[in-house]
Amino acid sequence: MKLLSLFLSFAKVGVMTFGGGYAMIPILEREIVDRQGWASSEELMDYYAVGQCTPGVIAVNTATFIGYKVGGIAGGIIATLGVVFPSLVIITLIAGILTNFADIPAVKSAFSAVRVCVCVLIFNSVLKLWKGAVKDKGALVLFLLVFVLSVFFDISPVVFVLLCAASGIVLTRMGVRGK
Amino acid sequence: MILLRLFWEFFKTGLFAVGGGMATLPFLYDMSTRTGWFTQAKLADMIAVSESTPGPIGVNMATYVGFETAGIPGAVTATLGLICPSIIIILIIARVLKQFRENKTVDAAFYGLRPCSVALIAAAGMLVAKITFLNPEALTTGNGIAGYAGLFRWKAIALAAVLLVATRRIKPLKKLHPIVFIAASAVIGILFSF
Repeated sequence: MKLLSLFLSFAKVGVMTFGGGYAMIPILEREIVDRQGWASSEELMDYYAVGQCTPGVIAVNTATFIGYKVGGIAGGIIATLGVVFPSLVIITLIAGILTNFADIPAVKSAFSAVRVCVCVLIFNSVLKLWKGAVKDKGALVLFLLVFVLSVFFDISPVVFVLLCAASGIVLTRMGVRGK
Repeated sequence: MILLRLFWEFFKTGLFAVGGGMATLPFLYDMSTRTGWFTQAKLADMIAVSESTPGPIGVNMATYVGFETAGIPGAVTATLGLICPSIIIILIIARVLKQFRENKTVDAAFYGLRPCSVALIAAAGMLVAKITFLNPEALTTGNGIAGYAGLFRWKAIALAAVLLVATRRIKPLKKLHPIVFIAASAVIGILFSF
């Protein structure tokens, strides 16, 4: 029973989240803290903070955390499946429909303009992330190196992620951080 | 076989994309160039749909790519691939949450990971911008100065300028959900035949 209500609650969170990230906090707060009492606001913030700095989609990470707390490993898995379930249904429907309409000129025009909007949205989220990520010279050098190398060379992002995690540790040990 | 590859590609994305939904973008871009499962223009469309539908962006994009590549089984496989590393990692961390948050080495690694993540997203964004704002064919037609003017998609540049001002400078508009700007852009695209 507990597993079923975990699944349903997180499916609800999945349906009500547009865009993920911070947009999810008020919805999680209402469903998980107020309605179900599965976690306190402070715990939720902790999960969220860790979910943000571990690999993967933040919404998924947070769901796994709360699910685990409520129902152990099975709970973690069920809550995570719940949060992705609406995406699976909705996106599959939309993708199926769009494939059939993709050749209509009006649809093509609409998407050419929407692509412009996507560029602006990416630009905005880069600026927002930049503020939290690049606070000193060491971080700026890492940013520039990764940016230039990944624009001009065909290198897998995995390589950058591994090298930068190692550089972060080395730079911190060397005392470069914060300068 | 394609399902196995889809699972593996998205497992890698879930394992290495740090910092939320948009962080999956560089991995999807890399996937498009290596596998040819979808074009880069298609990727931009998928971002738009993922931003304007319910659900976390990263999950939506995985489902979309999976569906485009191998139908409904593909959508399910890609999504499961993406969330698998999260489940494993979080279940491990959940037991040692406090130590993890206070661990100096973890913190130091993230000092390096954060700028890396922003740079990767910025670089992938640049490549989406290239196909959105430029007409590379214009250079090969040899029209001289006119050819160079044709290199830029002027309508797209004008719309980007308007959107930048609207999303960053005008207070009442700044707070609106991205879906509003995406919908407005779609209407403008149809009206001005982009």
